[in-house]
Amino acid sequence: MKKLIVLVAVVALSLVTASAFGADPLKVGFIYVGPIGDHGWSYQHDQGRLAVEKALGKQVKTLYIEKVTEGPDTERAITRLARDGAGLIFTTSFGFMDPTIKVAKRFPKVMFEHATGFKRAKNVATYSSRFYEGRYVIGQIAARLSKNGVAGYIASFPIPEVVRGINAFMLGAQSVNPDFKIKTVWVNSWFDPGKEADAAKVLIGQGADIITQHTDSTAPMQIAGEKGIKAFGQASDMIKFGLKTQLTSIIDDWQPYYIQRTKAVLDGTWKSTDTWGGMDTGMVGMAPYTNMPADVAAMAKATEEKIRSRKMHVFSGPIHKQDGSLAVAKGKNLDDGTLLGMNWYVKGIDDKLPK
Amino acid sequence: MSALEAVLLTIITASTPLLLAAVGELVVERSGVLNLGVEGMMIMGAVTGFAAAYTTGSAAIGVAAAVGTGVAMALLFAFLTQTLAANQMATGLALTLFGTGLSGLIGQTFTGLPGVKLGALHIPGLSNLPLIGPVLFAQDVLVYASVAITAGVAWTFTRTRAGLVIRAVGSNHHSAHALGYDVAAVRYRCIAFGGVCAGLAGGYLSLVYTPQWIENMTAGRGWIALALVVFATWTPIRVAVGAYLFGTVWIMGLYVQGIGVAIPSQFLSSLPYLVTIAALLAISGNRILTRVNTPACIGQTFVPDR
Repeated sequence: MKKLIVLVAVVALSLVTASAFGADPLKVGFIYVGPIGDHGWSYQHDQGRLAVEKALGKQVKTLYIEKVTEGPDTERAITRLARDGAGLIFTTSFGFMDPTIKVAKRFPKVMFEHATGFKRAKNVATYSSRFYEGRYVIGQIAARLSKNGVAGYIASFPIPEVVRGINAFMLGAQSVNPDFKIKTVWVNSWFDPGKEADAAKVLIGQGADIITQHTDSTAPMQIAGEKGIKAFGQASDMIKFGLKTQLTSIIDDWQPYYIQRTKAVLDGTWKSTDTWGGMDTGMVGMAPYTNMPADVAAMAKATEEKIRSRKMHVFSGPIHKQDGSLAVAKGKNLDDGTLLGMNWYVKGIDDKLPK
Repeated sequence: MSALEAVLLTIITASTPLLLAAVGELVVERSGVLNLGVEGMMIMGAVTGFAAAYTTGSAAIGVAAAVGTGVAMALLFAFLTQTLAANQMATGLALTLFGTGLSGLIGQTFTGLPGVKLGALHIPGLSNLPLIGPVLFAQDVLVYASVAITAGVAWTFTRTRAGLVIRAVGSNHHSAHALGYDVAAVRYRCIAFGGVCAGLAGGYLSLVYTPQWIENMTAGRGWIALALVVFATWTPIRVAVGAYLFGTVWIMGLYVQGIGVAIPSQFLSSLPYLVTIAALLAISGNRILTRVNTPACIGQTFVPDR
């Protein structure tokens, strides 16, 4: 099938400035899983790319390839950027993990940054953001606003990142309404507007009166709007797709991280690290709280502030697993290792987790 | 809104694009032409439909643009295969590749913009009936069109002279030619009709289903339509049954997940294909009837003797 590969060189090669700095600009490459116009996940990464350009000006030149499918294509795309002379490459989807490691072996002088993965190498760093902190907040909002006490959750793949989000959402909801229910539909895709829309319709038909998603298109937001119920955006502010629908949106802000890591390569201080930033680092933000009563917005803001200032941990005990066993005792928090490999639901979720 | 009503509405939305595209292709194939470019015509209809609706703010203009583009693509195919006598299969595949690529290019500036949705057409007096009102009489105009077109095609093939001519051309183009029918002219019209339907199907995706433009948003629906025509043994009613069966199983797959039945979602995703093929094979078991309905000249190039 035809793949549109767009290579954009945004900062023009200026010989004058290049010689002024005494070197060619550092080429920074980005691989996106969706189109940069998805107004979700890939869009936010691209905002990070633009921020790098803005902050570092003529010291850098950025390249990107969008709509790279997770699979054999990934390796080709990453290799292509490395061959084009990129000194630092960000691969921005979980499924790019193995190809990134593979290509990194062949290009030891190129630095790689893989988002949401757990495999590192000397020239491969990983980074992710604690989106689940935001999911706790929206869980609370959902439980306050839902009349039926049922939220519809459109999920992509049963990987720890998504399961963690569902659990955090549920814990947030239970903190307000212990009997809150969620219905989950797995669409087996990150970006399939048709299927996401169908899933939203089905969930609404089954009594869900709030929709949240861990997929990247704006289709569920549009459907929720049509049916006159509320929804949460994903990854970026989707307010223009749901002026009267969006309650808030968990926003991934990669800009500070991308600038910092690019600077590290320029200074020669880059090291393979593992970064997992949350609200406290600004990596996770919330879109304005809209379409809800003031007291609900105030509650959400208070929770957000508590998480930001680290007064509160989303996964603080006691937390019970779905089967009733104790996952973490009172007074303790779930450790990052458990969170990263999370493959179980918390108590109160009725569905069975697909394996 | 009752749960049943919601499910039925969703099924109709999921089935309509398949039905539209499949019925169009059925007419094309009945005239003895195999157009593998359905997916390409659909995706072009989707992008131009969205672009026209977004630019003008009118969904109706969007539908018109989708139809126009579908016809233009179809006529390109007709010119190559009928006038220049190019290989139909190769040309059809090329049409799909061309449409997918060009739509991505046209759609670049339209990605991620909120679209214009084609509104529902409430039939006065009937749309207020419980259950069947909202499901049957408060749909958008394209759903009505898909039903009307299917009925019209079925009626044409069984009850009219035009239908007989199309079938004759598809069954034996040499005899039809000898009888004085202009084979190429008949086929040109049928191919254009296929373009109208594929354009409508594409427009349905970007104006009703998910009112936005996303590259590759047809996601193989054109190919499903093509398969439906064959498995339904070129009969319009069976095509409709197949399209709705596919849509129903597709939506039920999501539905059972929502109510928490533990069936692997990957299996549920493949179920519509399996069920539809099995069902259509079962209902088209009559071999003689199948042979009668199969256009014998399908895919063959016809060049009249001078």
